Amino acid sequence: MSAAVTARRPRFRVGSLVLPSYAHLVILWLFAPIIVMAIFGFNDTHGKYNFTWAGFTLKWFLHPFGIPTLVSALTNSVVTALSATTISTVLGTMLALASHRYDYRGRTLIDAVLVMNIAASEVVVGSALLTLFVTYGVGLGFVTIVLAQVMFSIPFVAITVRARLAGFDPALEEAAQDLGASPLQTFFLVTFPVIFPGVLAAFLLALAICLDDYVITSFVAGNTQTFPLWVFGATREGVPPQVNVIGTFIFGFGVLLAVGGATYRTWRERKLARESAIATRA
Amino acid sequence: MAVAGRIAVRRPALAMRLGRALAPYLLVLPGSTWLILFFLFPLLTLAITSLMSGDFVSGFQLTWNFGNYTYGLALYATQYTHSVEYGVSATLIAFLFAYPTAYWITFHAGPRKSAYLLVLLLPFFVSFVLRTLSWETLMGDDGPLLGPLKSAHLIPSDFRVLATPIAVTFGLAYTFFPYMLLPIYASLEKIDKRLVEAAEDLYASKFEVVRRVIFPLSIPGVFAGVLLTGIPTTADFVNQTLLGGAGTTMIGRVIEQQFEVSANYPLASALAFVFMLGLLAMLLAYQRLFGTEELMRAR
Amino acid sequence: MTRDRDLPEFLDAAWLRGLTQTRITRRTALAGAGALSLSAFLAACGIGGTQQNAVSHQNWVWDKATKAGTLDFANWPLYIDTAEDSAGNTTYPSLVEFTKQTGIKVNYSEPIQDNAEFFAKIAPQLQAGSAIGYDIIVVTNGIQLTNLMAKHWLTELDPTKLSNFFQNGSKRVLNRSFDAGNRFTIPWQSGFTGIAYNTKKISREINSYNDLYDPAFKGKVGMFTNTQDTGNLTLLGMGIKPQNSKPSDWQKAANKLKGLRDSGILRKFYDQSYIKALSAGDTVISMAWSGDVYQANLSAENTDLKFLLPKEGGVIWTDNMCIPLGAAHPLDAITYMNYVYDPKVAAQLAEAINYITPVSTAKAVVEQDAAAAPDAATRDSLQATANSSAVFPSDADLANTSYYRELNPTESTQWNDIFNAVILS
Repeated sequence: MSAAVTARRPRFRVGSLVLPSYAHLVILWLFAPIIVMAIFGFNDTHGKYNFTWAGFTLKWFLHPFGIPTLVSALTNSVVTALSATTISTVLGTMLALASHRYDYRGRTLIDAVLVMNIAASEVVVGSALLTLFVTYGVGLGFVTIVLAQVMFSIPFVAITVRARLAGFDPALEEAAQDLGASPLQTFFLVTFPVIFPGVLAAFLLALAICLDDYVITSFVAGNTQTFPLWVFGATREGVPPQVNVIGTFIFGFGVLLAVGGATYRTWRERKLARESAIATRA
Repeated sequence: MAVAGRIAVRRPALAMRLGRALAPYLLVLPGSTWLILFFLFPLLTLAITSLMSGDFVSGFQLTWNFGNYTYGLALYATQYTHSVEYGVSATLIAFLFAYPTAYWITFHAGPRKSAYLLVLLLPFFVSFVLRTLSWETLMGDDGPLLGPLKSAHLIPSDFRVLATPIAVTFGLAYTFFPYMLLPIYASLEKIDKRLVEAAEDLYASKFEVVRRVIFPLSIPGVFAGVLLTGIPTTADFVNQTLLGGAGTTMIGRVIEQQFEVSANYPLASALAFVFMLGLLAMLLAYQRLFGTEELMRAR
Repeated sequence: MTRDRDLPEFLDAAWLRGLTQTRITRRTALAGAGALSLSAFLAACGIGGTQQNAVSHQNWVWDKATKAGTLDFANWPLYIDTAEDSAGNTTYPSLVEFTKQTGIKVNYSEPIQDNAEFFAKIAPQLQAGSAIGYDIIVVTNGIQLTNLMAKHWLTELDPTKLSNFFQNGSKRVLNRSFDAGNRFTIPWQSGFTGIAYNTKKISREINSYNDLYDPAFKGKVGMFTNTQDTGNLTLLGMGIKPQNSKPSDWQKAANKLKGLRDSGILRKFYDQSYIKALSAGDTVISMAWSGDVYQANLSAENTDLKFLLPKEGGVIWTDNMCIPLGAAHPLDAITYMNYVYDPKVAAQLAEAINYITPVSTAKAVVEQDAAAAPDAATRDSLQATANSSAVFPSDADLANTSYYRELNPTESTQWNDIFNAVILS
């Protein structure tokens, strides 16, 4: 028996090195372009192009919003994404509620459409929307961007909220209604607070997807510029360092969110543990 | 309702009953109308536009011109192949990178599991156009990576990564990596650890545990990951525009160019419609294939 | 049960299981499609062409137009003089001057990256008869400008308001075949399409279109995605005058390009980002536009890149200012268009932009500025601008260049299809 164990150990040691190194290499691969992007935010460019390293400077970090068209593109991005996400969160949550609670006619069809939407490629959907707008002479711009973004984010919201609803105990709703609450009251006082994390997650997911969307937006944006459109357009002469700076800020914001979320969660768990300890002691 | 007999059950008013019956339809109405109007209906206009002919100045008329399809397919068949080629390769690469990483995080990262997951997802906070551009800078022929290697004569001086299918494929795998990682991680996470323990107790080597217990149980996640990655990679054209070269064009770019640059709406719509049908066919075939998953499980 | 609520909630195993089941059956998909009645819809189908009647005199715009005090100017990037103010924001000195002189505030933007893309954006709005939100747009002569004029989407210009243009415009710009009589457009700047190469990486002399086909540069050659630039330059390189070329010639040119691509000599078909590849060393020789090389050398603070016109002939194009239909401030627009033909203004722009200015007398002004320069570096660069054949080309230079072949709509579809088969592959 001992011989077999000793024979195994070397292989285990090799294996226990290969796998974590592989995983960490993948992580490095994921971060490589972010590092490059952050570094080129410090590039001291003299002319208009920003592809060769010309020296270190902090000036772009001090004035990141110096390009007016970039700022208006950013604003457009944020406004369209927020509007679209708000609408789609409401509509998607309603869809999820209906599918979870009731078995209505056409339910499988709607489910199929939702899955089809996620599966449909952006090029096809974007070009289809363009032909629609062109056929009916609808002017492309802010409104069409919001229309398109709501359309492709509804399925993500519906599915996320539905997953959250799946674990939702219907007895809570029944209890509320037994105590005399109307359906509306039940929803706002009982259902919504419980599914709120799911709705919030769906909102954030949809927001991220809308903010970063390039393909569909490029088809229906017309003259309006959003941040991804602006950046892609600026690739022609080299993205100015301000964009790198803004990208680095966004990344930093993501880090903050992640760290903040993790800290909040640990704090909550500790608080819960403390309270239950107190409760059991009491 | 549970207490029978004693308490008289009052039938709710008609309005309330009607309301309750209509409730699902009312809830579903706004969302589904939006989807019908801006998802299904445009697909119809796409199909109809693909049957038109004419030119931009004099206008396009519906002439049931199926010639657009034959013409488009004949002209751009290679680009369809490119899309499938790169899409499949990129999905494969993403899988090869994601699976071991997800496995390691789930089973060997211990308490720092969620931290690692977060770290893996952080880069995708930044706009994907910016990330792809940074790859272009990083992978330049004389850039920060290849330049020093060439000066040290470790690689030939005419070696290049950009403007090749390799660059496009890796770029695609990179951009859509989270779509592969998250479903795989989720399904690995859900595996009951006791099954793994049981297998080890039965003298299975680490490799056998993976092959016969963990991997089969994670197949739903792999399936979802492949689907969620495969479709957008095939349709993408941004990676290929920035990182590709001559001879690597994918059909997504052709469709975009035909719409935006040539304003040849009928041809572009035909190409897009064929692409969608092709994807749908592959999707159905893929699902049909994975119907045999049940048989594999039983073994 | 594992406390794994760290997971993104939607990645529930139940959901994933659901995804793996065949949900979309043929029946459900077809049922959905059939539910929509097609006949009524199809009857009304069609994407509009030129529905409106050709208006012969649009001068009534000028009858009613009044100065509004504001102007929306859409231009290409890096196509105007810029400066940085104390806060690091970009400002446009010539526009500031214009506002001081006329009291018209200019809302300057650079949404135009590519003629076709920009045209695709504004066409649906113009088709619907609504204004696009710009008073001046800058469009290159070519398919898109022809389309704009053919669809009557440009406001006809009032010559009486363009005195500077007729007085100071060089004789080349007063006479252009693609807009006879300058009814709808007047030039902003012109440029050459030729060849640029990195003198540090290529030691021999480059002077011909066929240098792009040299196997020594394998994998380091760039061409344009723009079918008009690439097609016309290739025709010239084959000794065919674009104006006289026929579709069979175009096919020959496309085949030549296909050979270049298949041999691996060609690296990529580029849009304006060719200059990035050239600067970074990804390409050593490439098709190029005349003014970009100047900007690139300035950014890199060296003179590594050199631009030249191939001996077989180069291509000249003109970016034109025009007023789209429905512009809100036409009088302010035409005031600006006239303003830039003042030699001093033209010189100010030429010094910054470094493309071919339409005012040849600006050369004298640039030389004056050079003489009055505060330091040697500025004086040298201004003098170089004055002597540059890319800004003030001689008649001999111009004689060796051609405009794009003019294409009617059917021809342009054919041209695009022939060249796109190679470019988009």
